[in-house]
Amino acid sequence: MKRIYMDHNATTPLREQVLEAMSPYLREAFGNASSLHFFGMQARRAVETAREQVAAALGAQPREIVFTGCGTESDNQAIKGIAFRGKGDHIITSQVEHKAVLETCQYLEKQGFRVTYLPVDEYGMVNPDDVAGAITDQTILVSVMFANNEVGTIQPIAEIGQICQERKVYFHTDAVQAVGKLPIDVNELGIDLLSLSAHKFYGPKGVGALYVRQGVKIDPLLHGGHQERGRRAATENVAGIVGLGKALELRLDELEPEAERLTALRDRLYGGIVERIDHVHLNGHPTKRLPGTLDVDFEYIEGEGIIMGLDMAGVAVSSGSACTSAELSPSHVLLAMGVEPALAQGSIRFSLGRGNTDADADYVLETLPPIVERLRAMSMLSP
Amino acid sequence: MAEFGWYSDKVLEHYQNPRNVGEIEDADGVGMVGNPTCGDIMKITIKVQDERIEDVKFKTFGCGAAIATSSMVTELVKGRTIEEALRVTNRDVADALDGLPPIKMHCSLLAEEAIRAAIEDYRTKTNNK
Repeated sequence: MKRIYMDHNATTPLREQVLEAMSPYLREAFGNASSLHFFGMQARRAVETAREQVAAALGAQPREIVFTGCGTESDNQAIKGIAFRGKGDHIITSQVEHKAVLETCQYLEKQGFRVTYLPVDEYGMVNPDDVAGAITDQTILVSVMFANNEVGTIQPIAEIGQICQERKVYFHTDAVQAVGKLPIDVNELGIDLLSLSAHKFYGPKGVGALYVRQGVKIDPLLHGGHQERGRRAATENVAGIVGLGKALELRLDELEPEAERLTALRDRLYGGIVERIDHVHLNGHPTKRLPGTLDVDFEYIEGEGIIMGLDMAGVAVSSGSACTSAELSPSHVLLAMGVEPALAQGSIRFSLGRGNTDADADYVLETLPPIVERLRAMSMLSP
Repeated sequence: MAEFGWYSDKVLEHYQNPRNVGEIEDADGVGMVGNPTCGDIMKITIKVQDERIEDVKFKTFGCGAAIATSSMVTELVKGRTIEEALRVTNRDVADALDGLPPIKMHCSLLAEEAIRAAIEDYRTKTNNK
C-alpha cells in the first residue's frame, strides 16, 4: 500500500544527506570529543562545526548553543535552570504550551514556585498585554512557545520579547515546532533562551539544543563533567549533533520556498475538505500559523476513529482527542482556545512536510469523506 | 487484514464492519452511557420478547475500541435471555475481541454498562406497566 505521511509535527524522516553526514561519526570517527588525541579532535571539530551551523540559523554566537538530548530536555533545562538560580519565585507561561513546559512548571509549583498560566484567544494566541500585566518584581522567567504543535498558531514573540527586555525578565521560547520552518533571529526577537529538537526538521532523534544568551546563567540539570562549558555534563552525542547541524543548515537553504509551498498545500487541503465535508472547523490562526499545520474539527465524531480509517487507507495523521492520549481528556490546547470538549474530540491534525505533494492532498480528499460519513452514520450525536 | 498499531485484527474488523449499527425505533429498553469529555458515548437499544433480547442496536461516539466493543457486546447479547445478557462482563467483551490495550479497557466497561443500562430501562418500563 502507498503510505502518505502527514504527521511531521510528531517527527520527520531523517534526510539522506543528514544520514551521510552522520555516518562517519558512527563508524571510524568514533572519538570522545573531550579526548586530546586525533580521534578526540576529529569529534571535537565536528561538534564545533555543528554549533556554528546552529548559531548561524538563529543569529546567535556559537558559544551560546548548548547541545542536549532532546527538546524536552532543552525546555526542562531552560526553565529549571533559571528557576534554580534563585533570583525570584514567579514564572509566567501559557496554557497552550507543550507538556515539556507545562509539566516542568507544575513540578516547580510543587517546589514552591508560583506560576501564571496565561490564557489564549480563540486562535490559541497569547496577548502580549497579559504578559506585561502578569510580570511582578518576583518574576524570573517568561516561557511562551514560538508556535503551537497542535494548531500551529505562531505567538507574538517579538512583542513578548520586547516586554521582557524592558522589564528585565528572561524570555524562553520553546521553538521546537518553529526552528527549520520559520526565520528566527534571537536578537531581533529579544529571546534569551530557545529550545529546539533535531528530529522535527529531518534530523535524528535523541538530540536537541538550547540557545542561552551570553550572560544568562543557568543551573545545569546534569552534573558530572565539564562538557558544553559546564552547562551539560555528558559525553557528546557526536553523530547526533552533526546530524542536527547539517539538517538545520539544509533547512535554512530551503526555508522560504518550502514555507510558501506548504502554506499553499495546507490551504488547498483545507479548502478541499470544506468543499466536501460539512460541519468542519479550523483550529488555530487563519494566517499566523505554521506553514504545514492544519488542525480540523469534524463535528459529531471522535478523532481516533478518523485516524484509524485514514491509516488503513495509508494516510498517517494525528489527533487531539482524548482517545489518543493516556489521560482520557481532550487536548488542553483546544480547551484553552474555548473549543467545546465534544468538538475537540473530533480534531485531526495534518502536518505536512517535505515529502508531501498535491497528489497526496488529492488522495486525502478522496479517502477522507467516506470515512467521516461512515463514522457519522454510527454516531448518536449526528443530526 | 488492515493494520492499526496497537489493536487486534478482531478490533479492526469490528471497527470496519460493525454489527448491529443503528437505533431500534420502538425499543423496549434504551441505555446511554459515557460523556463527550472522556471521549466515548454509547447508546444501546433493545427489543425484548419473552425475556429474550430479540434485537439490539448501537450508536457510538468514540474511538475505534469504543466502536468495536459496542459492536461486540451487541453480538454477545443478541438472542440471549435477559439473565444471560446480564452475565456478560467487560472482560468477556474484551476477550471476544482478542484483547484490548490497557488504556482502552474502559471502552469494554462502557459497553457492559450500556447493555446493563438498556436492560434496566426495559425492567423499569415493564414494571410500570
